[in-house]
Amino acid sequence: MNRFFDIPSDLQHSWLGLIGLHLREALLPVLGGLLLALPLAQLCVRLRWLYPPVLWVTTVLYAIPSLAFFVVLIDYTGQTELTVMIPLTVYSLVVLVPAIVDGVRSVPQETLAAATAMGFGPVRRYVQVQLPIAVPAIIAGLRVATVSSISLVSVGMLIGNQGALGNLLHDAQIYNRPELAWNSVLTTAALAVLVDALLVGVRVLLTPWMPSGSGATRTRKEATAR
Amino acid sequence: MSGLDSPGNGLNPTVPPVESGRKSQTRRVFGVLIRIDSVTKRYPDGTVAVDRLSLDIPDGSITVLVGPSGCGKTTTLRMINRMVEPSEGTILIDGVDSRQQPVNTLRRSMGYVIQNAGLFQHRTVVDNIATVPRMLGWSKDKSRARARELMERVGLDASFAKRYPYQLSGGQQQRVGVARALAADPPVLLMDEPFSAVDPVVRKGLQDELLRIQEELGKTIVFVTHDIDEAVKLGTMVAVLRTGGRLAQFAPPAELLSDPADEFVEDFLGADRGIRRLSFFSSAGLELLTAPIVAIDATAEQLAARGATEAPYLLVTGLDGRPLGWSEPGGLTAGQIDAGQLLPYGRPFTAGQDSLRAALDCAVLSPTGWAVAVDAEGRAAGVVSQAAIGEAIRGAHAHAHAAGPEAAQKATTR
Repeated sequence: MNRFFDIPSDLQHSWLGLIGLHLREALLPVLGGLLLALPLAQLCVRLRWLYPPVLWVTTVLYAIPSLAFFVVLIDYTGQTELTVMIPLTVYSLVVLVPAIVDGVRSVPQETLAAATAMGFGPVRRYVQVQLPIAVPAIIAGLRVATVSSISLVSVGMLIGNQGALGNLLHDAQIYNRPELAWNSVLTTAALAVLVDALLVGVRVLLTPWMPSGSGATRTRKEATAR
Repeated sequence: MSGLDSPGNGLNPTVPPVESGRKSQTRRVFGVLIRIDSVTKRYPDGTVAVDRLSLDIPDGSITVLVGPSGCGKTTTLRMINRMVEPSEGTILIDGVDSRQQPVNTLRRSMGYVIQNAGLFQHRTVVDNIATVPRMLGWSKDKSRARARELMERVGLDASFAKRYPYQLSGGQQQRVGVARALAADPPVLLMDEPFSAVDPVVRKGLQDELLRIQEELGKTIVFVTHDIDEAVKLGTMVAVLRTGGRLAQFAPPAELLSDPADEFVEDFLGADRGIRRLSFFSSAGLELLTAPIVAIDATAEQLAARGATEAPYLLVTGLDGRPLGWSEPGGLTAGQIDAGQLLPYGRPFTAGQDSLRAALDCAVLSPTGWAVAVDAEGRAAGVVSQAAIGEAIRGAHAHAHAAGPEAAQKATTR
């Protein structure tokens, strides 16, 4: 059991250090993706014709294997974390853009009309009405994007020790220590579950206005009410 | 009561005042607050939603826009706060072109109530109501205090303040919607089918509440509905629009019912407009008979004396004076009157307060053909026959005809 947490020195990190690195490499891309997706989604909401092509582009980008991304990026960003994080950011868009668009679109027409009639300008309306009401949908998207990002970070090992916990898989092979592979898989899974639970907590905190129960029932109830 | 001094009062001397009134005894002379001047709304695809519409919306009263779907009533309402811009024509608010001020300033000076309330689901009741005051730069405390005051005004318990919209019923949400529209005390209230999504019982309650609030605040209300009964009940003036956005008739409801301008209006009013018009005549003129009323503890002499009245039945009342039921004069024995054996008396009307429509309804519902009138406490005040009510109706019609349609004012309660 001792050897389970005994990380080979070539990784230059303790187990906890690897976890920190892993979280950074997984979460920063989701954050970046969110910052990109918010304006992009707002554009798609305002200009309806833009949504299908944007969706198409994000899907095609998602279909590009990360290895292909690395090959192109390595000329510019080298064997760094950034090379891992850029593809992950791009991948997160495929989940986040539709989540935000659907969330913003789910705001009932009469709520929007009421806001306009009360003298909300477009920006105020977006920030104070549409975004807050879209929070459950956005967090649902963030949960998928985050979990997927946490698992994808491991491929960073392909460009030389940039895969955080994923590097343990490689070390398990070269040092013939299968327990390191177990460590990698179990720790990654535990991280994903924990961060997901954290996001659920954030949603509960941010949306005291939702009826207890899942967000899905709320959306369905509204859909039938309209 | 600062709502009473809405800026339109008497500031428009060139416009002949529109005479109207909610009650015959509180007739007021209104100025024009909103003037819609030959306004047309044409969409890029060529559809005409509103066609050269001109309307003078009187100050301090409820003007109802009513018509079938596609008649442009909602479009007209939305042109007033410029959620829809007219293609032609102008809208004057208190004599000033509505395009002369920034659109959001204009909108914040007009409350807006919408079907399903359109509440902000992510804000509490009190924060929903405080929305416009906050935007106008009021402090948080002042806005919330104002919001709580309005909750009371619209009949919402203070315990609802911290709740979220999903925790309220449809009727309660609509009350919040009305409170939110009133929050910054705007002179104008625009209401777009606000009560059409709630069930009939709740709707009636909300309508009565709106009339009560209007009695207190005297706002200029423009109310859109497709329900002619609602229009007749709420409107001081009713504008009937026809498909294609043209005005069919603009008149007080009593005049609408007595003199529909054309076949379209007549069809739209429905088959029983004669009966409904009776709600504008007070029952105060009815001659109530008290002779056929006996108490349940009546003596044999009292019963014998009552047997000789012109009514074929006697109305038995309890010791508190409330009606119990009808009986044939021969069927009563002093000291042994069984309340369970009496004929039902239907639904009584309140003498003087209810309209002739209510009185007639009581007579029609009563198995004896006689209506029971009660006082405000529910004690029997007298009985009246269908024939006597018919007589009163003919008299009221003749009077209204002689005095002109303006005289046909609404009865106190409708």
